[in-house]
Amino acid sequence: MINLKKVKNPMPEQDPIVRAGNFEEVAGGYTAEMAINEAMRCLKCRKKPCTKGCPVMVRIPEFIAKVAEGDFEEAYQIISGTNALPRICGRVCPQENQCEGFCVQGVHGEPVAIGRLERFVSDWHAAQEEAAQAAADGAEEDEESLESLLDDGVVISNGRKVAVVGAGPAGLTCAGDLSAKGYEVTVFESLHKPGGVLAYGIPEFRLPKDIVAAEVSKLEKRGVQFVNNAVIGKSETVDELFEDGFEAVFIGTGAGLPSFMNIPGENLLGVCSANEYLTRINLMKGYLPEYDTPVQKAKRIAVVGGGNVAMDAARCAKRMGAEKVYIVYRRSMDEIPARAEEIHHAIEEGIDFQLLKNPVAVIGDENGYVTGLECVEMELGEPDASGRRRPIVKGGSNFVLDVDCVIMAIGTKLNKLILETTENLEANDRGGIGTDTGAATNREGVFAGGDAVTGAATVILAMGAGKTAAASIDEYLGE
Amino acid sequence: MYKIVSKRKLNDTMTWLVIDAPMVARKAKPGQFIILRTDEYGERIPLTMAGHDSAKGTIDLIYAAVGRTTMLLDQLEEGDALADVVGPLGKPTEMEGLKSVAVVGGGTGNALAYPLATGMHKAGIKVDMIAGFKNKDMVILEDEFKAGTDHLYLTTDDGSYGEKGFTTDKLKELIEAGNKYDEIVAVGPPVMMKFVCKIAEDYGIPSVASLTAYMVDGTGMCGGCRAIIGGENKFVCVDGPEFDGSLVDWDELIRRNAFYKEQEAEDAAHVCRLTGGVRYHD
Repeated sequence: MINLKKVKNPMPEQDPIVRAGNFEEVAGGYTAEMAINEAMRCLKCRKKPCTKGCPVMVRIPEFIAKVAEGDFEEAYQIISGTNALPRICGRVCPQENQCEGFCVQGVHGEPVAIGRLERFVSDWHAAQEEAAQAAADGAEEDEESLESLLDDGVVISNGRKVAVVGAGPAGLTCAGDLSAKGYEVTVFESLHKPGGVLAYGIPEFRLPKDIVAAEVSKLEKRGVQFVNNAVIGKSETVDELFEDGFEAVFIGTGAGLPSFMNIPGENLLGVCSANEYLTRINLMKGYLPEYDTPVQKAKRIAVVGGGNVAMDAARCAKRMGAEKVYIVYRRSMDEIPARAEEIHHAIEEGIDFQLLKNPVAVIGDENGYVTGLECVEMELGEPDASGRRRPIVKGGSNFVLDVDCVIMAIGTKLNKLILETTENLEANDRGGIGTDTGAATNREGVFAGGDAVTGAATVILAMGAGKTAAASIDEYLGE
Repeated sequence: MYKIVSKRKLNDTMTWLVIDAPMVARKAKPGQFIILRTDEYGERIPLTMAGHDSAKGTIDLIYAAVGRTTMLLDQLEEGDALADVVGPLGKPTEMEGLKSVAVVGGGTGNALAYPLATGMHKAGIKVDMIAGFKNKDMVILEDEFKAGTDHLYLTTDDGSYGEKGFTTDKLKELIEAGNKYDEIVAVGPPVMMKFVCKIAEDYGIPSVASLTAYMVDGTGMCGGCRAIIGGENKFVCVDGPEFDGSLVDWDELIRRNAFYKEQEAEDAAHVCRLTGGVRYHD
């Protein structure tokens, strides 16, 4: 039976006014009924265009068919066969550009809500596991039947050691795939918690941190070891990892150093990078009173940039109690790179979009505190190298936004630490770590992927790279 | 966990901890720092290492209990453990080509000057150590400096111990007296470092300053520690912490370091009055 509705089942969400005052998850997730109803919108097309759009090659129509049948466990097994982090992808993937972007239903209406279904299925499975765990904790008898439920892919070790550098989406995916094949994987993380951008960058209200922790503990149960507080390149070099007995190394160290605009006043008190602002709030839990990390108590905040990171920073600022939050972006809504859903949520929560505006100076008082952001108006000219219309300054259009905090969310520069400390490792022309299509670097046994190679991109592309690398490492060590 | 192997009070506010951190100790070099977190609720703070023992797998930290985190740190005893220690971070001190240096330490900065001065001395460099303190009660590491450098000049602001006066006066005096230095190293409060580097510049001697700044991750990711060096923004954590003293924009550094002061003072007051530094939620 096919559901002929042209639009997606709407996602239950917290009221915008309420949610702008808390850090709880914005989207509530489908009920079983909604999921089955949505799954029935799938046309089961022969060519499966949706799968083309998925960097980790989830067998989308197959899992959706199982959802339609109400067989959620089987649907989960299909997803988790290729995707190590489905609860995370179901929440943060830009599905509109990927699977859903290719869905035939999308031609004359809305595509099937593949992301929401992925989230439902993986959340459902996690809830079953949790219930089983609770039962196991409560009653010790009947162990055998419980064990089979909790036995989530424990594989016999093949005795070969692989090091993964960076516990972000690329590293976790690579570790997951390799451990499933029997490799003994150790993940080195420079921060005190695994997760990378999932832990320090993406806020709780988009991706609850207990989900990240649960995915990590799943890998731990499979035998993956996590070593936190290890800065590879400082505490130990990649070359030394080989000396320690690792036979292959995957580098997934992420995007690196925040960019600033190099405009006057950028070091005034109250200007920070989105990385810093988000890390203080998300990783260090600065929004909870019992945690020590200070977060600036600003009333009026300008976030510069138009990507997902800018949206995250702006929406956090609102939740931290700012009265007025601006997004300052130099092009128009047509070019803005953030996901449509993030922009929609930000507007609902009262974020003021200053489009076609570009900062030229940060203004401060005599004590060095920010009092304003001077901007100019822009108009769009001919398309530039990126294919987007180039913004041009409108002469004499200067004006000042009255703010006491400016957050720069204009991208990152690659961190050179691994390149500088690994002998003969070559960079690519963007300054990232150079790799071939199989994620192999010029150094034998060294593989790399994610933002460390491409510069800042998305969680799912990093996961795709981690997956490719895992396959290449398996091939390399299997020879 | 990172166990406290030993704890020794140096004076009323300053304490020397030896901490079990083999992964850090293995690679540590003078001039490098670590980031620590006392417990799950703590913030991440950077501290320059005062020394390390690679064989034993331990690192030395000297801190003044003046802020919330250092006060909480002060509550821990031998046998207790810190939640996190990550490092070694930053670039080590450059020693190549140096034959004779003056190291100028101010107050707490002397704890950080200690591994530098003694490390340089061990490397065969002639080291004149000028250690300045507010008064007699604040003096630390006198014996260690005497044993580990060529000469220790100890000053106090009020003359209650050593020579009366500022480190800058002593430095000037030594240069005027004909001592030749290839480099002057400043470690201490930014205002002191500013004037030490100014004197070095006046006499045409290269200077190096070890900067401290707010940091979250310590690996270049947050950009909170940016400082203007030679007109350019640099990150203290990955580009430093030591920089050419003549290139540092001192006034900007001093201003930036005061950013969270008010909030911290408030927090520190809470630590003392409400809990005596002990967490009330556990």
